[in-house]
Order: sequence, then structure tokens, then C-alpha cells
Amino acid sequence: MSETTDGLAFGSLALALLGGALRVSTPFLFVSLGECITEKSGRINLGLEGTLVLGAMGGYGVSLLTGSPWLGVLAAGLCGVLMGLLHGGLCSLPKVNDIAVGIALMLFGTGLAFFLGKPLIQPQAPMLPSVELGAWSDDEQIRSALRINVLLPVGLALAGLLHWAFRASRWGLALRLVGDNAAAARALGYPVVPIRIGATAAGGFLAGVGGAFLSLYYPGSWNEGLSSGQGLMAVALVIFARWNPLRCALAALLFGAAGALGPALQSQGITAGYYLFNAAPYVLTLALMAASWTPGQTLAGAPGELSFTQR
Amino acid sequence: MNRVMHAVAPLAPFTAAALAAALLFAAFLAAQGFEAPEALGLVVEGAFGSAFAWQNTLARAAPLMLTALCVALPARAGLVIIGGEGALALGALAAAMVPSLTAGWPALPVQLLMALAGFVAGGAWIAASAWLRHVRGINETISSLLLSYIGIALFNFLVEGVLRDPASLNKPSTPPLPEAVLIGLLPGLEVHWGLVWGVLACTAAWFLLRRTVFGFSVGVVGGNPRVALMAGLPVGTLLIAACFLGGGAAGVAGMLEVAAVHGSANASLLAGYGYAGILVSFAARHNPLGIVAGAILVGGIGASGSLLQRRLDLPDAAVLVLQGALFVALLAFETLNRKGVRRV
Repeated sequence: MSETTDGLAFGSLALALLGGALRVSTPFLFVSLGECITEKSGRINLGLEGTLVLGAMGGYGVSLLTGSPWLGVLAAGLCGVLMGLLHGGLCSLPKVNDIAVGIALMLFGTGLAFFLGKPLIQPQAPMLPSVELGAWSDDEQIRSALRINVLLPVGLALAGLLHWAFRASRWGLALRLVGDNAAAARALGYPVVPIRIGATAAGGFLAGVGGAFLSLYYPGSWNEGLSSGQGLMAVALVIFARWNPLRCALAALLFGAAGALGPALQSQGITAGYYLFNAAPYVLTLALMAASWTPGQTLAGAPGELSFTQR
Repeated sequence: MNRVMHAVAPLAPFTAAALAAALLFAAFLAAQGFEAPEALGLVVEGAFGSAFAWQNTLARAAPLMLTALCVALPARAGLVIIGGEGALALGALAAAMVPSLTAGWPALPVQLLMALAGFVAGGAWIAASAWLRHVRGINETISSLLLSYIGIALFNFLVEGVLRDPASLNKPSTPPLPEAVLIGLLPGLEVHWGLVWGVLACTAAWFLLRRTVFGFSVGVVGGNPRVALMAGLPVGTLLIAACFLGGGAAGVAGMLEVAAVHGSANASLLAGYGYAGILVSFAARHNPLGIVAGAILVGGIGASGSLLQRRLDLPDAAVLVLQGALFVALLAFETLNRKGVRRV
């Protein structure tokens, strides 16, 4: 008797985790794809946490003003482009370190978002629509688990597209060349600095869109506690995924599931370690980094110009 | 003359950056229809314009000096650590636990034990990042911030759980410290003794880094790890020790917030001193003596926040924007430094 109830509880916990993974993974997916583009060009942008928060605020504000959440997504992306251009431009100056600029932009972006977002805390902006993948089922739990947001399929398609582009397209190969060996790229006549700035801006766009998801779908409001490290974890996730967009998508789903652990257990009535379960994604990130990083060796697949993967 | 130029020259890019940040901030405010010149005046007035403003500034500078050391000491070893906020939280929590275990003791040993507890807790947390870096090769910038989030989660879990004082209803806190062990104010000032602790810690850190064999060895590790290995230096131990000392400083900042400001450990401790300390250390170019000045500057920006809020109705995040602009401008002007810059 108790076995069946345990089985039921486990089943609904697994369902809640699946639903959570599908729901929570989107910002990880977009930020990690963006960071993947940037790092392929040989630079790391740690400031995507700030970009994510600024994008969330900008997207929410524009959706509120125009009534269109899609314009909000676009605005969030443009916020990200501006942050990316700032990062890319600053890092192109001699003696300016990309990690330090990333830290500065993390603080700057969050500050800007908190300042400009003050009037947005109360009003309710139009939200992004969802797609009912579970319409076939009568079970409300299954339907709610499979109710996904429109950005998720877009992001998954983008992961596939990037995977193809990095291998087979002209600009993808140029980007990788710049990231692997800047001197060779220069010798072949590729403009290294503009390509890097462009890659950082593109990465910023995607991180901004990830932010729009936070404010326009789930949790679906603007407040100052909206992001707590998703942007930074996505940067770590790219390393775990070895700079491969398809693996980024898989890793994002895994992180989504870890992020959903706290709320899922809470929905099952387990509230004791709420804060601890919420820390699960951070612990998972550390564990995955420890598992994927071998000391004394350059990581397989790491862009050659990426300074921080080498000792 | 040459000596004077040598001492003043590094200040030129800093001054240029501060001016650029002020201009950026003013343009940002003007674009939104705020009175930008008045706002800049209020920042100066709120930070340094009166005895009251100075005391507010110095009270904020005290923890900033300690959290900035959490960046500067590892930076000497070539590590970029940004997890000071978590070390501060855990240091505060460890310190807040001491008085309940030492009931009946005289005040001074209890206070010293609290500082030690905060030091060890914060130090261990940051040392973990160095250890992960050394043993597993994990990037310490990312791991320290992740550990910081984990530390804050642990802090909230314990403060709202087993360590919660049942009497703290609306705001979960640890039991209040006994009156006797609270750290008091400097004579004649509204600034607590933590300021002296901060200045002493920065001086000690400067001495340690610039005048001891340990500091020299740490500098070699930071300058070129391969040379350090060839010279037979214990690289891992040095990395971990530098991070332990830095994290310990942030932990003591947490202890001071408990013993001199809040009287117990609760969520209001987490006011962002750990993050602002990153800016302080970078502004001081990781020089412990420069940190004293940097902490007063950044503390001043923080202190002006309430004046900006009252007079111009600016959001409290205005100080974050100004601090962020300063950080960005500082790094941009790094490019003008003619002397070679450290990797960090």
C-alpha cells in the first residue's frame, strides 16, 4: 500500500522535475548559447549575469509600454547587444582584461537594471504565450509539465543551427579561426577585433533574450531578486558542454531540472530544506566543473585563444 | 622630483577614470530628466560634506576594507576572487554562534573568539576556491561566486532554521548578542571600532605582501607559476594560504557587522559589501594601503545614497550605477598606464 503511494509520489516528483526542467532551462539555454558564440571567438564574458538582469528589466518595460511581449524580447536582446558592444569594445583596448571587464559589467548591468526598473515592480506586463504539448492528456499534472514556453523550441532550434554553423558555414569557421589562433586569422586577412566585438554583441543579444524569458514568462514579473546566478552558471555550463551548442542544450535541461528541485519538492509538501535545495544548481555546477576539468591540460575543444582555460 | 612623479603617476589614470565615471553618471541622470549637476554635488555632500556624512562614510568603509582584502590578497597570487559576500555571510554566522557557547566569559576573549570564528569560516570558504583551482583546475572566479551563492543559501537556511531565535518573528535572526560583547563606538564618533580593525588589517596585509618572504613567494606564484614551481615554491599551499587570509578578512567583516552594527546575524547583513569590495580592490590596484583610500571613496558613494533618495527622489540603486560606472571607467583607463600591468 505504502509502496504504491511512494511510487505515485515519486512519479509526480519526476513529472514536476521534468516540467521544471522544461520551464527553467530556457534562460540557461540562451545565455549558454550566447556565451558559446563569444568564447568561440577567444574571449570570455563573465558579465552575462548583468546582461541577463538588464535584459529582463528592458524586456518587461517594453512589453508593458507597447503591449507586445515580442517587442519586449527584441528590446531585451538589444540591451544585451549594447552590453556586449561595451564589453567587446573595452576588451579591445590594450592591457584591458576580459575577466575584469566582465566582473565590472556584472555589477554595472545589475545596478542599471535596478535603477531603471524601479517603476516596473508593480504593474503587470503582457506575458509571452505558452505551447500546450500535453493537450493529448487528461491529467492536469502532465499537461502542466508539458506546457512549454515559445522560446524553448526557438532556443533548441538555434542550438542545432549554431552546431551546423560552427562546422560548415563561412562565418562560423572564421569565428573559430579567430578564437583558435588570432595570428593565423590575421594572416588570412580576417578582421580579428571586429569579429570578436561582433561575437560578444551576438552573445549579449542571446543573454538579453534569456533575461526576457525570466520577466515575461517564468517567474513572469520584474523584481530585483529575479536572477541569482543563472547568467554565471550558464558560463560554467559552456565549459562543461565543451563549447558544443548541442551539448549546451542538454546541459541547460540538466541545470533546469536541478533548479526545479526546490520548487518540485515544495509542491510535494517537503519544505524543510528549501534554501538548501535552491542551492542545488550551484553545487551541481561546481561538481560538473570538477568532473570536466583536468588540471595541467588544455580542455578538449577549448578555443586556443581563450586565456582562462590555461594555466 | 622623480620620486614624487613615481608616486603620483599611477593616480593620473585613476583621476581620469573617476572624472569619466562622474560624467557618465551625470549624462545617465540628465537623459532621464534628473538634475545631474545637483546630483553630483549631492554625492560629494552626502559622502564628505559634513561631520555626519564623514562618519556615515567611514562606518561603511570599515567592512569594505576587509572585503577588499578578500580580492587583493588572492590577486597577489594571480587569482581573481569575487566571492567575498559569501565569506562575509558565513563569517557573520560563525561569529554570532560564539557567545552562546561562552556564556559567563569576560567580553574581550569572547570578542576575540568571535573574530577568530569569523576569520576561519570566511577563510575556509575562499580557500576552497583556491583548492579547487589547484587540485581540479577549476576557474576560481566562477567557483568563488558559486560558493558565495551556496554560502548565502546556507546562511539563510540556518538563520531561518535551527539557529533562529524563536523570539525573532518578522525578521528571522540568530539570538541577540549579550550587551557586553557588542563592539562599541570610537570615542567621540559615531563610527565603530571596526574602522581601526580595517586599517590595521590593510596595514598588516601590506606588510605581509611587501616585506615578508611569504608575500614575496605569493607574488612569484602570481607573476609566473612555472617559475614558482621551478624555484621549488609550494604553489598550492601559497595559493590556498593567500585565499584563506583574504577570505578570513571578509569573514571578520561579517563578524564586525554582527558585533558592531546588527547585534545578531540576519539577512540585513548581506548589504553587498562583498561585491563593492571587488570594486575597492580593483580601484586600489590590489594594493592593501590603497584599499584604505578606495574603501573611503566607495563607502562615500554608498553613504550619499540616502541623500540622493531624499532630495532628488532617485532610486537607491543610483549608487550601484555610479559604482558600476566607476568600475568600467577604471578598467577602460587601465589602457593608459604606461607601465606594464599585472595580469589581474
